[in-house]
Amino acid sequence: MTDNTFPNDLTKNPRGMIQRALNKLQSSWRTIVILIPFIWLSLFFLAPFFIVGKISLAELAISSPPFTKMIEWKDSGIITIRLIFDNFIYIFEDPLYLRTYMNSLRISITSTIICLFIGYPIAYGIVRSGPVVKKLLLFAIILPFWTSFLLRVYAWMGLLSDQGTINNLLISMGFIDDPIKMLYTEFAVFVGIVYTYLPFMILPLYANMEKLDSTLNEAAADLGAGPVVTFFRITLPLTIPGIIAGSLLVFIPATGEYVIPDLLGGGNVQMIGRLLYNEFARNVDWPVACAVAIVLLLLLVLPMAIYQHYQGKAAEE
Amino acid sequence: MYRKRSKFLTFMLITGFSFLYIPMILLIVYSFNYSKIVPIWGGWSTRWYTELFKSEEVWEAVSLSLQIAFINAMFATILGTLAGLAMVRFGKFRGRTLFGGMLVAPLVMPEVITGLSLLVLFISLEQLIGWPSERGFTTITIAHITFSLAYVAVIIQARLTGMGQDLEEAAADLGAKPFKVLTSITFPRLAPGMLSGWLLAFTLSLDDLVISSFVTGPGANTLPILIFSRIRLGLRPDINALATIIILVVAICVAIAAFILFRQQKLQDQDEMMAARET
Amino acid sequence: MAGEQITSEQKASETPWLDMDTKPLIRLSGVTKKFGEFVAINNVDLDIYEGELFCLLGGSGCGKSTLLRMLAGFETPTSGSIIIDGKDMSDVPPYERPTNMMFQSYALFPHMNVAKNIAFGLEQDNLPKGEIEDRIDEILKLVELQDYKKRKPQQLSGGQRQRVALARALVKKPKLLLLDEPLAALDKKLREQTQFELANIQEQVGITFVVVTHDQEEAMTLSSRIAVMDKGEFVQTGSPTDIYEFPESRFVADFIGSANILEGKVTEDSAAHVRVATDLGEIYIDHGQSTKQGSRVWVAIRPEKIHLSKKPSSKNGYNQAVGIVDDIGYLGNTSIYKIRLKNGHIVDVTAPNQIRPKNRTHSITWEDTVYLHWDASSAMLLKK
Repeated sequence: MTDNTFPNDLTKNPRGMIQRALNKLQSSWRTIVILIPFIWLSLFFLAPFFIVGKISLAELAISSPPFTKMIEWKDSGIITIRLIFDNFIYIFEDPLYLRTYMNSLRISITSTIICLFIGYPIAYGIVRSGPVVKKLLLFAIILPFWTSFLLRVYAWMGLLSDQGTINNLLISMGFIDDPIKMLYTEFAVFVGIVYTYLPFMILPLYANMEKLDSTLNEAAADLGAGPVVTFFRITLPLTIPGIIAGSLLVFIPATGEYVIPDLLGGGNVQMIGRLLYNEFARNVDWPVACAVAIVLLLLLVLPMAIYQHYQGKAAEE
Repeated sequence: MYRKRSKFLTFMLITGFSFLYIPMILLIVYSFNYSKIVPIWGGWSTRWYTELFKSEEVWEAVSLSLQIAFINAMFATILGTLAGLAMVRFGKFRGRTLFGGMLVAPLVMPEVITGLSLLVLFISLEQLIGWPSERGFTTITIAHITFSLAYVAVIIQARLTGMGQDLEEAAADLGAKPFKVLTSITFPRLAPGMLSGWLLAFTLSLDDLVISSFVTGPGANTLPILIFSRIRLGLRPDINALATIIILVVAICVAIAAFILFRQQKLQDQDEMMAARET
Repeated sequence: MAGEQITSEQKASETPWLDMDTKPLIRLSGVTKKFGEFVAINNVDLDIYEGELFCLLGGSGCGKSTLLRMLAGFETPTSGSIIIDGKDMSDVPPYERPTNMMFQSYALFPHMNVAKNIAFGLEQDNLPKGEIEDRIDEILKLVELQDYKKRKPQQLSGGQRQRVALARALVKKPKLLLLDEPLAALDKKLREQTQFELANIQEQVGITFVVVTHDQEEAMTLSSRIAVMDKGEFVQTGSPTDIYEFPESRFVADFIGSANILEGKVTEDSAAHVRVATDLGEIYIDHGQSTKQGSRVWVAIRPEKIHLSKKPSSKNGYNQAVGIVDDIGYLGNTSIYKIRLKNGHIVDVTAPNQIRPKNRTHSITWEDTVYLHWDASSAMLLKK
């Protein structure tokens, strides 16, 4: 095609050599494009999980880092097996861990349901708005993503504290005489989770509803179904993918949430994310912390797989 | 039109958006409160802003966070774009399922798990090869790139899928080799997607607390780490001031971006109208 | 056209719009619909009678779909009234109207199978389960889809979906069935076949159909009457033959079929005939129309009504012209000839290809000089 692809040039002069190297690069650039992010993710995302897994099978040691070295328990297989059970049995035997897992699940499931009940009508309302209003509302939903998550949680500390805005308002209006304790309760944690994760519920729901063919609603009305029947028999069943995606996007991170229970729940609300952080930071019992992480991961693997499955399906459409 | 919004939906919209925005508005209002006890109103004042600007600790944290965010955004955009390209345009290759899984998992993985696993990785590496010798800037940046690149990849994948492949095919038909097609057609068309990916990676990095807390070392306090350590002990008026500044900066940036997008759209519409009139 | 022949041979009640005593099923009076500044429907009056298959025909944006959606109840008129079966429909929502609609996109519920889709409308009327089952079987038999009850819409072909949509709308036995471009999504061959099926089904069930279409051929085949629409108004309403043979305006003459339209001046106007001077020479029309001598009019002649020959034939000096073959379009069954006259005017003529080209000894070809002539009854006088 071009002049410098003559075979003679390739072997003799250095420019041809460079050209050949470039050609070779051209033919293998696909592999390079894949390999660079692949290696990065394998090293910094996948490999760490195996290390966590290994440490969860180790024993606490007074050293730095504070766990027994892998090489040491390589010598006798029997000890290794006993150690596997140790950290995990500890988690399941100690009522603190079990209770915390159950508590986390209860809080995240309840918050997910609350988000769904608030988020669904909001998403539906946005879809039903005029084109300009729709864009503005969508923008207003996305906007909080760009501001600090931490500060949004902090805003609620000011609202919920004993001398906070809500208590002040209620007292000045004469509804109550003494402040209601809201901050550092489970209620505050619910508020915080719903507040920060509501957009994650609304956006997939919106995307799903926006794709719905509005003539289906018209067809239902034409066939004699009133608005309520149309909603329950047409709209709701057709938005199930959005409901599942939104719920998982709230449920998965909420289960492992650390900041919200710490800031709004204080010491009074135990969630597994907070326990994990404390386990690692204060107790410095890394094998147990790793085992706690593995159990949490196993708990969330199925929801994550379901989410990925739905994402894949949505991408194909 | 039959497609109308019912009163109930309008009510839910108003309630929902009040719920989302009132706390932030109050946050801003109280930053101008003279009183040291945040929720008790002591008159208008800007003393917390002055105090904030005087704090060297805050400036150091801001500087560290911005540096990390910038480097993170650069790397995450490159890696994420390559990953998105591989997922959408390379058909089937060995390890594609694993690759796809590793690209989605960081999006949904609880932060405590990602943070903990990265920490143990860095410690094991240090034991094994002596690097990284101390935790801080480098380890935080690597951690941020790892989850940010997944977000960039999502944006790039969506763009590539939406763009279709006909321009690339046209270029190939006109004699361009695959690499040439990539550099002269695909990348220029991806530029807006890469820019939004860059911005997202930048913001995610600025916002991250949990993962940074795990992988940071002594002395390396990013802005969220600093804020967190202060508000754990209760409300602080200087944090309100800091929050106000952050919200304002974000609002201004977003407004500028929206304005540019709006103007581009308007210019494009005008061009199309002029073109239509000529025919 | 076949349907038209049957109806015209039958008794007077088949043309209820000519009978003064028959009460219309639908009466639109003074209906206007505005979307903001845009007037979609402009002060329209219309009566449609029971058992009719009425077509609203027009190009995109002419307001035909808006009119249909107002009948269904999805749009409310800005002013004017719609009366269906003696009842004012102003405040009646779609789900309480005695109408059903077949949507252009079919709007089949993707999460329900064929039987459930059809059952949906019946369930809203709280019919007993057994009756619903019977009605579904009955209607599926009518559209010949008995074996597809359990299929989801995605598992059906385009033609099958179309029939499910029809069945779903018909099964409620509405007073009025509205069809929005019912055949538009089908390919040409299937569309032609389905046109007749649709007319047959309408005859069997005896329900009044109002069909919206942009396809004039479809309108001609299907309907008992056609209303040609343009810019939110009715341009002409009548039976297919009326509309084709006696268009009232240039728009209709051009929109329905094709026509050579010539501007001219009336040179003679009597009760029995009209003479018009045009670019095509003098045209003699054997039916009188009240025009003034010297007034500006238009004459339309359908391409298939002009005879083409290589020899001059006629004796009289009118209804004929001479020209050169500029272009020929071969369509298989017919050919279309573009004839350039001396004055540069181009006239379209179509002629059937009755003989294979190979055997045609005196066939007409490019640059031939040809003679055109037409009957006195062929030309149509248009005043607008």
